[in-house]
Amino acid sequence: MNGTLDVILRLVAVLVVFLVLPLVVGQTEHKVMAHMQGRLGPMYAGGFHGWAQLVADGVKFAQKEDVVPAGADRRIFQLAPAVSLLPYLLVLIAIPVGPNGFVGQAIDAGLFFVLAVMGVGVLGSLMAGWASANKFSLLGALRTAAQLMAYELPMLLAAGSVAMAAGTVSLPGIVQAFHWWWIPWQIVGGLVFFTAGLAELQRPPFDMPVADSEIIFGAYTEYTGLRFALFLLAEYAGIVVLCALTTVLFLGGWHGPLSGSLGWLWTLVKTALLAFVVIWLRVSYPRLREDQLQKLAWTVLIPLALAQIALTGIVKVVIS
Amino acid sequence: MTLAVGHPGFMSPSGVEIAFVLVGIATLGAALVTVTTRQLVHAALWLVVALGGLAIEYLLLTAEFIAWVQVLIYVGSVVVLLLFGLMLTRAPIGRSPDADSGNGWVALAVAVAAAATLVWVVVDAFRSTWIDLGGAAQGSTKVTGTVLFRHWVLPFEALSVLLLAALVGAIVLSKQGAPARRAASAKLGALSGLGALSKRKTGES
Repeated sequence: MNGTLDVILRLVAVLVVFLVLPLVVGQTEHKVMAHMQGRLGPMYAGGFHGWAQLVADGVKFAQKEDVVPAGADRRIFQLAPAVSLLPYLLVLIAIPVGPNGFVGQAIDAGLFFVLAVMGVGVLGSLMAGWASANKFSLLGALRTAAQLMAYELPMLLAAGSVAMAAGTVSLPGIVQAFHWWWIPWQIVGGLVFFTAGLAELQRPPFDMPVADSEIIFGAYTEYTGLRFALFLLAEYAGIVVLCALTTVLFLGGWHGPLSGSLGWLWTLVKTALLAFVVIWLRVSYPRLREDQLQKLAWTVLIPLALAQIALTGIVKVVIS
Repeated sequence: MTLAVGHPGFMSPSGVEIAFVLVGIATLGAALVTVTTRQLVHAALWLVVALGGLAIEYLLLTAEFIAWVQVLIYVGSVVVLLLFGLMLTRAPIGRSPDADSGNGWVALAVAVAAAATLVWVVVDAFRSTWIDLGGAAQGSTKVTGTVLFRHWVLPFEALSVLLLAALVGAIVLSKQGAPARRAASAKLGALSGLGALSKRKTGES
């Protein structure tokens, strides 16, 4: 009975995190972009610093009519936002926050679990793009698929490098095995992982699949109201998951001063810093062209990831 | 391997066994819909359900590592590649009756023969071996790695050579039809900018 209660409490906690953190990232993005670009709009709603902007957005999305295009494949069109969003909820279960079992559920092959389930989310974009019966949506979905296939490989290779270094594929196990000198050792892998993750989330500068000046909003063009909001939420949940994973794999997760009692805070702080970098990149870099995207993945990231694996292997053999 | 823990019998199934059979039935149903549906993209999406069901079966057999690899490779990559191919060529919404090759009966015969062979091999190999679900996981990453790289290294490496051969074959095929494809992709490029992408793909893959 106690065990069941424990599991339920953990799952509820993961659900609460899933509902809160993406919104926090969304609100931060509003504010950070407003400051960096001198925008006045997001600073108006509610008075002080535009604190109610997020509430206003929510009300706006809820009020809009839920439209399904006449020529669309109804069921798949309606199912797509859920397929896009739910994988990130599942991934959050496996991410360790603090030491001594501060994790939703410790999974033996946790690294494989998170990467596998994250890859499934892209199916949602593909379904949305195809079922919309719109050429722009279909082009967006095609670009999404091409981008996923190009960036999945460097991401997996970089993650594999950390697994080699730690000698385990369990996420808490990897953080447990972390030492400070892993940061310079794995820095290339970390950069590759973070970049490939950004591309997989279709965040700028890798937002060719939703390039508004060419294909309106890619796979999400035909969506309105709450379903559209779910896609946006999936993007922010993706940011949270990517930053948390990078923290756990490459930045030592809960390690830091007083990690025994304040470990969870360290994980959150590192994740928040990375999320800020994600937003920062959005306002400071122009969009990469489709051929530049593919070139970056195949000719830069994959060789770098392979070099990182070789380096990890050599150091591992030398120190053992 | 020493998995046998006596024969518990078929008459008092445990919860896991019931779940295994139910998921198996659902997987089989999804697989049947995959090959019988008249809507191309729906077939690919039902394939996701079938492959996901298979991953759940692996999980129920405590082969966690294999289950996640199944999701990563098949659901996350192979189906995405399949959908990409469908969308790049033709993926109409609604039925496409012309997509039937007329070889249905031959395919059925081959499928039944392949299934019979596989079932016979598995039944003959394991007979009445039962996995102890209560004890330590038999399919954890560590166990799988040890078995794969100690006992089965040679077949594993032979498979890598097979994959390498397929890779080289793909490159040869894509080089042969290069001039015609370049003209086609130039036409596409004028329309959408995807030409650069498809040119890259044929060059790289």
